[in-house]
Amino acid sequence: MTQAVNHAALLPLYAAAGTALLVLIADLAFARFQVLAGVLGAAATAVCAVAAPDRAATFCTGDLCSWVVTPRAALLSVLFAALTAGVLALSVPTLREGYAPVGEFAFLLTCSMTGGVVVAYAGDLITLIVGLETLTLPLYILVGLHRRRANPAAAPAAVTFFLISVVSTAVASLGAALLYAATGALHLSELTGGAGRFAHLATVGAALIVIGFAFKVAAVPLHAWAPVTYDGAPVPVATYLSTASKLGGVIALAAVVQRLDTGLVVAVLAVLTMTVGNLVALRQTRMVRLLAWSSVAQAGYIIAPLAVGAAGVEAAFAYAVFFVLLEFLAFGAVAALRGPGTDGGTLNDFHGAGRRDKWLGAVLVLAFAGLAGLPPGLAGLFAKVTVVESLITAGWGWLAGVVALNAVIALAYYVRATALLYARVTPVGIGVVDPELLHRATHPRVPVPAVVTAALVIGAVAAVALGFAPQPIFDILAR
Amino acid sequence: MTMNPPGVSGLLQVLLIAVLVVPAVGALVVALLPARSDRGSRLVATGFAAVTFVVSLALVLTPSQRDFGWFRYTATDAIPVVPFAEVDLAWVPRLGIDFHLGIDGISYPLVVLTALLTTLCCAYTVWKVPEGGSGRTLAALMLVLEVGILGTFLALDLVLFFIFFEVVLLPMYAVIAGWGGVRRREAARKFVLYTLFGSVLLLLGVITVVVAAGTADMLALAGGFGLSRTTQYVAFTLFAIAFAVKAPLWPLHTWLPDAHTEAPTVGSVILAGVLLKMGTYGLVRVGVGVAPEGAAAAGPVLGILAVAAILAGSLICLRQTELKRLIAYSSVGHMGFVLLGIATGTAAGIQAALIGNIAHGVITGLLFFLAGAIKDRGHTGDLADLGGLRETAPRLAGLLGFAAIASLGLPGLAGFWGEAFAVVAAIQRGSALWITLAVLAAVGGALTAVYFLRLLRRVTHGPATPAVTGFTAIARPEWLAWSPLILLTLVVGLVPALVLAASADPVAALTGALR
Repeated sequence: MTQAVNHAALLPLYAAAGTALLVLIADLAFARFQVLAGVLGAAATAVCAVAAPDRAATFCTGDLCSWVVTPRAALLSVLFAALTAGVLALSVPTLREGYAPVGEFAFLLTCSMTGGVVVAYAGDLITLIVGLETLTLPLYILVGLHRRRANPAAAPAAVTFFLISVVSTAVASLGAALLYAATGALHLSELTGGAGRFAHLATVGAALIVIGFAFKVAAVPLHAWAPVTYDGAPVPVATYLSTASKLGGVIALAAVVQRLDTGLVVAVLAVLTMTVGNLVALRQTRMVRLLAWSSVAQAGYIIAPLAVGAAGVEAAFAYAVFFVLLEFLAFGAVAALRGPGTDGGTLNDFHGAGRRDKWLGAVLVLAFAGLAGLPPGLAGLFAKVTVVESLITAGWGWLAGVVALNAVIALAYYVRATALLYARVTPVGIGVVDPELLHRATHPRVPVPAVVTAALVIGAVAAVALGFAPQPIFDILAR
Repeated sequence: MTMNPPGVSGLLQVLLIAVLVVPAVGALVVALLPARSDRGSRLVATGFAAVTFVVSLALVLTPSQRDFGWFRYTATDAIPVVPFAEVDLAWVPRLGIDFHLGIDGISYPLVVLTALLTTLCCAYTVWKVPEGGSGRTLAALMLVLEVGILGTFLALDLVLFFIFFEVVLLPMYAVIAGWGGVRRREAARKFVLYTLFGSVLLLLGVITVVVAAGTADMLALAGGFGLSRTTQYVAFTLFAIAFAVKAPLWPLHTWLPDAHTEAPTVGSVILAGVLLKMGTYGLVRVGVGVAPEGAAAAGPVLGILAVAAILAGSLICLRQTELKRLIAYSSVGHMGFVLLGIATGTAAGIQAALIGNIAHGVITGLLFFLAGAIKDRGHTGDLADLGGLRETAPRLAGLLGFAAIASLGLPGLAGFWGEAFAVVAAIQRGSALWITLAVLAAVGGALTAVYFLRLLRRVTHGPATPAVTGFTAIARPEWLAWSPLILLTLVVGLVPALVLAASADPVAALTGALR
């Protein structure tokens, strides 16, 4: 029997996969324009995601479909496309320095975007896991991909990431298999906890799926790979890991927890994740490590409302959307301040950076304030309010309290990093007439390429706009 | 939700929005001005602050056509709170946030005071920029602070109130950390972490109320909205701790002395003058207003803590050796009186708290200006090194004496009313506990006199020390910044009705549910 395929519903996937092909062809035919092709393709993917007919579905058996178009899936696809384009833009200076082969880099990143789109539209567990693997597989290579032995940390980082990720996929697949064996359900819309003899088997299966996906969002105690990997990778790749890759994990986790009763596991994961992430972040002395640990903690805030089940999914997604935007800005500003081909550096490398480059400083302040959930990062404030509101509505007041107290711990390192940007110049120990001048001479301002500026400006404008008008995001997620 | 609440003229609504938009635009403009025109941008900032002040005055003086009698009924039969100017726009329906602003007898004195102090501080910044950073950035931050503080006083939506409450956090941190004294970093961090701890509790309380009541409209919520007793208890506990950190109430006050000592003069003035008032105002408007049963139940505890604050503040002040630190600790005692008034839960008590708020803002603002002037000239704030000020700078010494005497509560000056009536309100409660508290508070008031007189004896009397010799005369900008505060100290002291004029109805509405 042949199955009717709704090609309109698959438009975003075609566009995303086409982008990867386009990059490949551009690389083979012209050996240039790869990044341009990637950015244009990502834009096309976003347009297709918006254009795909709402509620269209395909690969169906009866009412159950493996590919479902929803406004939320469209929003998330747009986000994946935007993040891919943004990370491509951030990588331009690094690639110009010859850090990695441009064609391969852009191809792998757009492949990863394709995986993200699949995850967003997935309607069953298999599609979800396949999409998630397509999202992460290219990233193993991206983390370790470099021409020169510039960064000795890259190879171990890539291997760590690879091993952990493969294990987590195996765990999630095993969970899916057990669940299928116990309940016969694979489609997300009919996942159930199982009954009778197989109830325990189904519970184990659900727990394994949650644990497998928790690896992807770097939830404690399954987080150890994240700081090593982020710090070993080039900053733009770390940007992608902490935004798009994490978003994929959140989608997968949300798809599962809203129909299976996994509240306790998720709540424990959330509490551990935010608390450990924040406490360890307090002690970091390297910028990317600090951001990595803070993003571990942020994952805790994202999954906290998932403990509630279906009622918390909207809040989790709202938080995730605001979070990836702010996280992109933070990493992007760090990459721009540090210049091409360098790692994130130590915190001391950022001493007075905001005084040297006031716009990049302002972007970083906006991002840090947002991640801390404070004005002027209003988007982050709304994100936090949404999470607390959904938890209290569902009667999980204690978890809301843990989230709130964690926000206080987190502020300690966010203000430390932010204050450093504007710290006064410390005397160097030798008599100097104008220490400011000497500092400026020894810490030259890194020129920021136009393409990076464009990515950051678009991101910052989006973050400010969503800070003043977050309602559209809530509207899309609620539909 | 109507866009135009009935009976409010379009002009008033425009003024109400302008009072927030003007400083916000001002901050943006000042921040974007080129760095080389530093003095020019400080002048621009002062202009924006002055316009805000004029708008805030116009807001109060424009006649409202509102019929205060009948048209809004709350869930309970309490007297409704009717602001005389109001704007209500939907903002984020998903979270139930309306951009709902209003001004009534409780908030207008604070609004005007905020606008006035910001203007004075900006003007002062034109004349003198504290060491540490550009004056332009400092002026922009002052305007951002003004937006946050005014927004807090104007907000009539609980979540909006919380958002404005948070707005001041980072700018104040930046002011202390950027332009502060030697130990500014630690002081600023302590300030920001303490106050964020307070505001996350506020968030929990706000959301608890909003989820239980299904609305964030503070007008509808005033008087309890039929919230269950448990909800009110939980909410009030959260609110009380949150605002106690901000106010600050002993024993959650430890951030305050450090922040004040390290902050630049203008930062201290804003901090003591109006930022602390966000805590006491919140306790009245949100704590007592939204969870009256919780407030009634917690009254004795709050009262005991308030009196402990008065006594602790006074005793600590007796041992202080640093000028700004002493004034900072005196704030703990003064805010104790304000909280005692609120704790009584009676109309008289809350009116005492309102006037105490204003008086403390004016007088302590003036005291910090004077302390800053002395520290800038003498390069020390150590009481042991200061002495004989009246020999070398008689005018400065005279002003310090005036402010100190006003602060210790001399009848006829602003400080008297709040403290005296807080004690009277406590006595009126009648029970043994409240009378004991009143007596102890009065003892604390007497101790206030002791330490301020000790301060004056140390600083102004005796032989002149090397530190106070060669003081320059008071400059014209200083007179400009100080004289409104001196005048207000006198005027509020002589005509307290100026502050309390329109507060009777809203206070009755808030306390009505308690009885």
